[in-house]
Amino acid sequence: MFNVENMPDNTCDINLRDYDSEAKDHDYVDELSRIETKDADKFLNVGVDTHENGRAGTFIQKDKSVIHCKSCQDGVDLMGISQALEQYDRIGDYLWKNVSPDTDEFTNRAKEKPSGGYFIRAHAGVKVAHPLQSCLYIAKEGFSQNVHNLVIAEQDSELHIITGCATAPHLMSGMHVGISEFYIKKGAKVTFTMIHDWGEKIAVRPRTVIRVEEGGVLVSNYISLKPVGSLQMFPATYLDGKGAVARFNSVLVASKGCFLDVGSRVVLNAPGTRAEIISRGITTGGTIIARGDLIGKVSGVKAHLECKGLILNDGLMQAIPQLSGYVPGVEMSHEAAVGKIDQREIEYLMARGVDEEEAISTIVRGFLNVDIEGLPPKLKAKLDKIVSETQKDMM
Amino acid sequence: MLEIEELKVEVGDKEILKNVNMEIPDGETHILFGPNGSGKTSLMMTLMGFSGYKVTHGKIVFKGEDITYMPIHERARLGMGVLFQRPPTINGLKTRSMVEICGRGKAMDVETLAKQLNFSDFLDRDVNHNFSGGEIKRCELLQLTAQQPDMVLLDEPESGVDLESIALVGDTINALLHRGVKHSKGKPHKEANGTKSALVITHTGHILDYITADRGQVLYSGALCCSRNAREILKWIREYGYEECVRCSM
Ligand SMILES: Nc1ncnc2c1ncn2[C@@H]1O[C@H](COP(=O)(O)OP(=O)(O)O)[C@@H](O)[C@H]1O
Ligand SMILES: [Mg+2]
Repeated sequence: MFNVENMPDNTCDINLRDYDSEAKDHDYVDELSRIETKDADKFLNVGVDTHENGRAGTFIQKDKSVIHCKSCQDGVDLMGISQALEQYDRIGDYLWKNVSPDTDEFTNRAKEKPSGGYFIRAHAGVKVAHPLQSCLYIAKEGFSQNVHNLVIAEQDSELHIITGCATAPHLMSGMHVGISEFYIKKGAKVTFTMIHDWGEKIAVRPRTVIRVEEGGVLVSNYISLKPVGSLQMFPATYLDGKGAVARFNSVLVASKGCFLDVGSRVVLNAPGTRAEIISRGITTGGTIIARGDLIGKVSGVKAHLECKGLILNDGLMQAIPQLSGYVPGVEMSHEAAVGKIDQREIEYLMARGVDEEEAISTIVRGFLNVDIEGLPPKLKAKLDKIVSETQKDMM
Repeated sequence: MLEIEELKVEVGDKEILKNVNMEIPDGETHILFGPNGSGKTSLMMTLMGFSGYKVTHGKIVFKGEDITYMPIHERARLGMGVLFQRPPTINGLKTRSMVEICGRGKAMDVETLAKQLNFSDFLDRDVNHNFSGGEIKRCELLQLTAQQPDMVLLDEPESGVDLESIALVGDTINALLHRGVKHSKGKPHKEANGTKSALVITHTGHILDYITADRGQVLYSGALCCSRNAREILKWIREYGYEECVRCSM
């Protein structure tokens, strides 16, 4: 069960009653190209290709309505969670099995006032050639989107999911609560890339638990470069089977007024399991709390945590790495650094003819440029561009 | 090309350079010898304008211009280039991009330049990240080759370089200085005795087997104490050590 001991309580600033769980239905759209431009632009920013080029399937939910859903790959089920409840009779084995609705007021909210979410399941042995894409979008002012996502990768399957979350431009208020449960079976691999583009006033509370069986692999990438009011998440991953692997990368930017409390916990429960958490954060006036919690329960496990934070101008950058070993045979380490840009790096670039400002931007771009595994080239190019723009906004 | 007059420099509160006078004419290569800690690197960092090296007296004139207090990037644009002894790592910045930055928009073929330095495999790695001593030198030389400075400051270019690569390092330096390089058609380069100047710092002197020097100087406790033929100096240092070398000049 989702363990919330020592999970930070930053919930006090959110009053659930300020948000409305009702929203009107939106029409289903057969062709993604027919989606309104202002929405489509937002989708693109979070990795959703509206031409569906190089995608194995697409799921788009606007407020509480699934407005587009299509799987182009045999052996991969992709649908709204409510549809899955009707069609997939074993869903009871998975739903709310890892996250308890009683965990906190947000999980409770998702149980009491559900508004959709996606269901993705790769059948045994099926390996997707292209990523599936999903987008959870809030368009209604003051809406609280309470989704429940379920991802199942059956034995020896391979899934790649790009999921973007965004709000309509100029939205003043809104909340996203996302319960996600992942089941990665024996020998399966899931690459999960999540890109957020929320608004300055949006509250975001994902609640995620991942279980990985023997030889399974999870690669999770999280990117949040645009302002978000308040974000707090701390996904927990349990490496239950021999040789299971989890890798987390996150890239965070917090401008003034933003609060990001982002971390991951990985519990290494079986011999030969490995975990790596890498996080990069830049604050230009906001708050970033970067947590990492590695728990080694048996011998023969290996885990590393790297957390680097830059403070440009002002803001708070807090790195909280935590390692717990329960037996002697664990190999766990961490590396954390918080500070300003190293003057030596700036001057090194200047000695090549670059002025100070350009030197700083070059370093910042490099800092955010974590080599993220499995990104399609077009998305990589798009992200590089966003990093560039973000960096310009910072200066 | 470069004139240094009565230069005094402090690092922290400590005077590191006490009174340095030096002149490097156009097209000449000078060697700077000196034991560890004598201030060689500090002199180079001061010439390039790095923060932390405070000039308390004297001046530096480059191409006729007083650059004593000029920002680093302006000195670079004016034609000064450095091979650093211990450059920092820049995470996330690919070596390829760094080389392009050094070229400042000049048309060039990074792949070919890298190939010449046996460095192609490193172009997609972060600048200096986990590079060995020799790899750092080749990376620095690759950047300088893209930058094409008129005055090259080399801080111990041979240190950490293995025997197989040292000739390559020497060739690259000669090419940088337009010395003894042949065109592909076999004709001497038109600037064979050209306008590029160099100050080469060496502790061991090994690099002298590969490059031609016009003059040598010895820096000892923050002051220059000898100026003559570089090979002669090296011979003295090798035979009698730095102590003797200093005594001779007195
Ligand atoms: N950043 C610094 N802070 C304090 N002392 C320094 C610093 N850099 C150099 N020094 C001191 O200055 C002296 C000269 O150092 P350096 O220029 O590196 O000598 P060299 O290159 O000849 O070995 C040494 O005593 C060294 O310890
Ligand atoms: Mg030195």
